[in-house]
Amino acid sequence: MTDSAGTQSAGGWFSRDNIIAKPGFSRWLVPPAALCVHLCIGQVYAFSVFNLPMTKLIGITESAPGDWKLTELGWIFSIAIVFLGISAAFTGTWLDRQGPRKAMFIAALCFGGGFLISALGVYVHQLWLIYLGYGVLGGCGLGIGYISPVKTLMTWFPDRPGMATGMAIMGFGGGAMIASPLSVWLMAQFSTPTHIGVAETFLTLGLIYLCFMMVGGTIVRVPPKGWEPEGYVPSTKPKKLVTDADVHVDTALKTPQFYLLWAILCLNVTAGIGVLGQASAMSQEMFPGKISVAAAAGFVGLLSLFNMLGRFFWASTSDYIGRRTTYMIFFLLGMALYAAVPWTGEVGSVALFVALYAVIISMYGGGFATIPAYLKDIFGIRYVGAIHGRLLTAWSAAGVFGPVLVNYIRQYQIDHGVAKADAYTITMYIMAGLLFLGFLCNLVMHSVHEKHHEKPEEARA
Amino acid sequence: MSETTDVSAQNKVKLVFAWAFVGIPLIWGVSQTLANAMQLFQ
Repeated sequence: MTDSAGTQSAGGWFSRDNIIAKPGFSRWLVPPAALCVHLCIGQVYAFSVFNLPMTKLIGITESAPGDWKLTELGWIFSIAIVFLGISAAFTGTWLDRQGPRKAMFIAALCFGGGFLISALGVYVHQLWLIYLGYGVLGGCGLGIGYISPVKTLMTWFPDRPGMATGMAIMGFGGGAMIASPLSVWLMAQFSTPTHIGVAETFLTLGLIYLCFMMVGGTIVRVPPKGWEPEGYVPSTKPKKLVTDADVHVDTALKTPQFYLLWAILCLNVTAGIGVLGQASAMSQEMFPGKISVAAAAGFVGLLSLFNMLGRFFWASTSDYIGRRTTYMIFFLLGMALYAAVPWTGEVGSVALFVALYAVIISMYGGGFATIPAYLKDIFGIRYVGAIHGRLLTAWSAAGVFGPVLVNYIRQYQIDHGVAKADAYTITMYIMAGLLFLGFLCNLVMHSVHEKHHEKPEEARA
Repeated sequence: MSETTDVSAQNKVKLVFAWAFVGIPLIWGVSQTLANAMQLFQ
């Protein structure tokens, strides 16, 4: 293998040394490389399209004895999200050292391989193989793939780190919009009157995602040491919450700032994920007769679009107004909007309901996309990939808290005689309360003490 | 060190292909989503 100077590279084709950009390389090639990965792993949000067909693999037209139940299938998504957090937390430091190409290839093998194992699981009708394949292996692919391009993008775009990571993480939001219709179309192609083509669809998707993600790994590059974009002048004016120093990942975990950011992400995601999962049912129950099942499906699709757009819009905006201010908007505006949602039901305005929800979900996506740049501001860029990996455990926690909160509160109210149309009122107020806690965490955020900064001799090690 | 402004024609072609590679599926997905979302307003 040769490096950019045409000499032998010790680490081989995958090594960080081998992907140092040559002169003339455009940094705008890096966001599509990141999108190759994030558009694929974003499929996880569309996994539910397989749930119903997988309950009828034996019975074909309806569930038969021996067919899997929805409750059993629901675990596939949950396991994947848990392993997303675990893999991101445990591999972040190692992946940082290995570089983005190796990380993207490992993610491709895990995510694509997870689909292939799941295809086998469907073929032999063994659910544990799908838990292992898509849940464990695919979940590791999700976590590794999610964090792999983040630090690289911020290094290429020191002038606009929020926009850069926003572009990649936007792909994670947009992946479901591709995966959902593609999966439905593939299943239709492979299905016959006596067979549901889930295994063939898994096999096809696995191979497509494997190739697509590997293209990202092939084109990604890291900048040479000391590289800066032309005309970029780093700000000399000190900013209260932005540091030039680096904080080691192990030290970062000992600072209150890490836990404040963990809480900020967790609370923002808990509120968003809670209502996102209930969006379809909530829209139909708050507007009976006005929103049909088909219209509710369209509403959910519209939300995924705003989830995606919010990631790019809010992360890019944070480059200009600052990360803390951006989160202040999420929490303050979010509280007002969550509290106003029940009122849209009272006045019977579907348009207002959709508009409020769209802004809420854009801020949910924006929370994900802005957090890497917030971490960079607080802890510096050197260990941001590893710290981001640790922080994603907040997502796993929120993935459990959010749906549980919404489902149990709603059921409690219905059991106590509250009408279905009104059952979400308390839920929305509680979600607004969670955002208030997030607001407080963001309010007390301050810069890391200098004693935690990495010393120059440590930085050279 | 700074970014070279003289982005060669070859690099421009690479940029177009790379963005088309991710952009075309994304636009297709967005168009499908919008088509489904129209039912909300019918």
